[in-house]
Amino acid sequence: MSPIVLLRNRRVRELAYQVLCVAAVVGCGWYLLNNALANLAKQDIATGFDYLGREAAFIISETPIAYEPSDSYGRALLVGLLNTVKVAVLAIVFSTIIGTIVGIARLSSNPLLSRLMLAYVEALRNVPLLLYLFLWYSAIIFTLPPVKQAITLLPGVYVSNSGLVVPAFVWNSGFWAVATAAIIGIAAAILWQRWAGRRRILTGKIVPGWPVATALFVLPVAAAVLFFDVSGEVDWPVLGKFRLTGGAHLKPEFVALLLGLTLGASATVAEIVRSGILAIRKGQREAAKALGMSDRQTMRLVILPQALRVIVPPLTNVYVTTFKNSSLAIAIGYPDLVMVSNTIMNQTGQAIEPIALFMFVYLLLSLATSALMNWYNGHVALKGRQP
Amino acid sequence: MVTFRRACRMAAAAALLLGSSAVAAQAASTLETVKARGKLICGVSMGTTGFALADAQGKFAGFDVDVCRAIATAVFGDPNKVDFVMTNINTRFQVLQSGEIDVLSRQTTMTYSREASLGIDFGPTVFYDGQGLMVAKSLGINSAKELDGAAVCTLPGTTTAQNLADFFRATGKKFELVVFENPDENNNAFFSGRCDAVSSDRSDLASIRAASKSPGDYVILPETISKEPLAPAVRQNDSNWRDIVSWSAWMLMAAEEKGITQANVDEQLKSQDPEIQRMLGVTDELGPMLGLDKNWGYNIIKQVGNYAEVFDRNLGEKTALGLSRGPNSLWNTGGLLYPPPVR
Repeated sequence: MSPIVLLRNRRVRELAYQVLCVAAVVGCGWYLLNNALANLAKQDIATGFDYLGREAAFIISETPIAYEPSDSYGRALLVGLLNTVKVAVLAIVFSTIIGTIVGIARLSSNPLLSRLMLAYVEALRNVPLLLYLFLWYSAIIFTLPPVKQAITLLPGVYVSNSGLVVPAFVWNSGFWAVATAAIIGIAAAILWQRWAGRRRILTGKIVPGWPVATALFVLPVAAAVLFFDVSGEVDWPVLGKFRLTGGAHLKPEFVALLLGLTLGASATVAEIVRSGILAIRKGQREAAKALGMSDRQTMRLVILPQALRVIVPPLTNVYVTTFKNSSLAIAIGYPDLVMVSNTIMNQTGQAIEPIALFMFVYLLLSLATSALMNWYNGHVALKGRQP
Repeated sequence: MVTFRRACRMAAAAALLLGSSAVAAQAASTLETVKARGKLICGVSMGTTGFALADAQGKFAGFDVDVCRAIATAVFGDPNKVDFVMTNINTRFQVLQSGEIDVLSRQTTMTYSREASLGIDFGPTVFYDGQGLMVAKSLGINSAKELDGAAVCTLPGTTTAQNLADFFRATGKKFELVVFENPDENNNAFFSGRCDAVSSDRSDLASIRAASKSPGDYVILPETISKEPLAPAVRQNDSNWRDIVSWSAWMLMAAEEKGITQANVDEQLKSQDPEIQRMLGVTDELGPMLGLDKNWGYNIIKQVGNYAEVFDRNLGEKTALGLSRGPNSLWNTGGLLYPPPVR
């Protein structure tokens, strides 16, 4: 067939357009990249990712992994990434719990409760997150006293505008033995509870659940403590010349960011949960009533499992947004990925590479979150209706 | 399909524009570009008392601003033929590299790696600064070496964080660093006691202190933990333009050295000192060698003043910053300013 005849075919034509468009987009990207590289080279500006191996030489205030100023820029970036993941994951967990409770309470027949929750949702949803971050941070550093006049809540527990400090337990030996035993114990307890539940449904016989599960957890841990050399000591915070040293610290920057992200996301989660519950037909509730279920049972066993199908897809959006919003950390001094990248940009003078790198990382984080939520969505989706 | 195609065409056109503008800006020499445009475009900081701050009418004033005005006066004989662009600390060099501004006059430290890897050249140091630390007087501290274990607040700018880490590493001490993007949050954290100390260039610490409720409660510690020679910067590979920027700054210093002021410059036209005659364009037409008017030196002094006048007006003892000249005095009075001879 000649090419002209081929072009008359609709599918071939469509395919040709697609290929042309993709080629144009790739071509544009290639042209821009080349142009940028050529211009940078012409102006003698360093390019490439060699800087990642050089010494970072700056301090990061929160380090989930060991980090010293003599470590590389690459490791500094990893610390920033872990800080981002830490605050975002915690915010996602807390906002889901708070949001679900608020969403259910919004539908309460008690007008005081439902109006109060309405006010909560509207107040949090309609003001930019950045302003809340400034508010929470200022509230912490201006209402709490400086370290020297820290409030002592319990012996060894101090609250000040430099954060919360508690005594920490430092393992000298045996940490891995106890940790392994605890993981085995938890797994055994979960398996037992599942088995007990299945057996009750299948046979109607009630098997002791919690006592056995608790025993399954405690026994391996106790064994580990007995048979391995386990020792440690409590690290009490001490007031030094300027700061409290020792113990475990919760910094105000982290708390303010976690608070801002959690509360902001919880308002959106509440609305999603409310819409999910409202999407379940009235008949379901009435049928549960007719079977003699209490309100709690109806919500837990009938309404929420079905509402999840409506809730999960929009929830993915909230989680992805939370990850991205965590970059506002830079405003209140929490060392997340963007802040560390910024410092690196200032020190190396290279801007394009760090920005490209953190854009790529955020893309990966968002895609990973979406993939996980899609998997979970497939898990809760109505199986019978799928083709 | 149609809209998709149109989108593709638009994207292609936009990409062409994006791609080509950066190259075009490089074609002509900076002096030609500036002259053709009829005004200078100068990158300054985003509102720093004493260095670059716009008033309610949008008129910029400050030390860095006056350096820009001196350059504009050298080229056009008019200190107002300049537009100011406020540049972000993170993108200031990119703004210069891409040709959006002609000169960057923004409390920028001259360093080896910046000259070597950023495609820029620095002019002469116009302000000798250094990073310092400020604490509350109530802490009873006299030296930064006593700050072991303290929390220090700072902005991410330049190499501030690195200098602090170096200083504490060199003395074997630990500290907690809290970095803020926003100057207001940085100051709040310091004044509330979240941090024991705040660190920045000493001139900037003076700005922060001047803006506090009770400036008398704070003290800038004597240690200078880094050298910060602040200098204007231009794009690399345009030595004519770099010469113009350099000599505009040196002209301010040379004028102070020779005792020429805004007020007496007209009388000095009659001076018998051959160097003054050369500076003011009375003899030996030096200006045209750089493509400038022969009166360029006279114009700068007449319109902007000499270095002392610029310093006193923006940073000196009578201003809110109240800075003393210190290292920013002339070499013959114990300072570091040493303008090369005008001949």
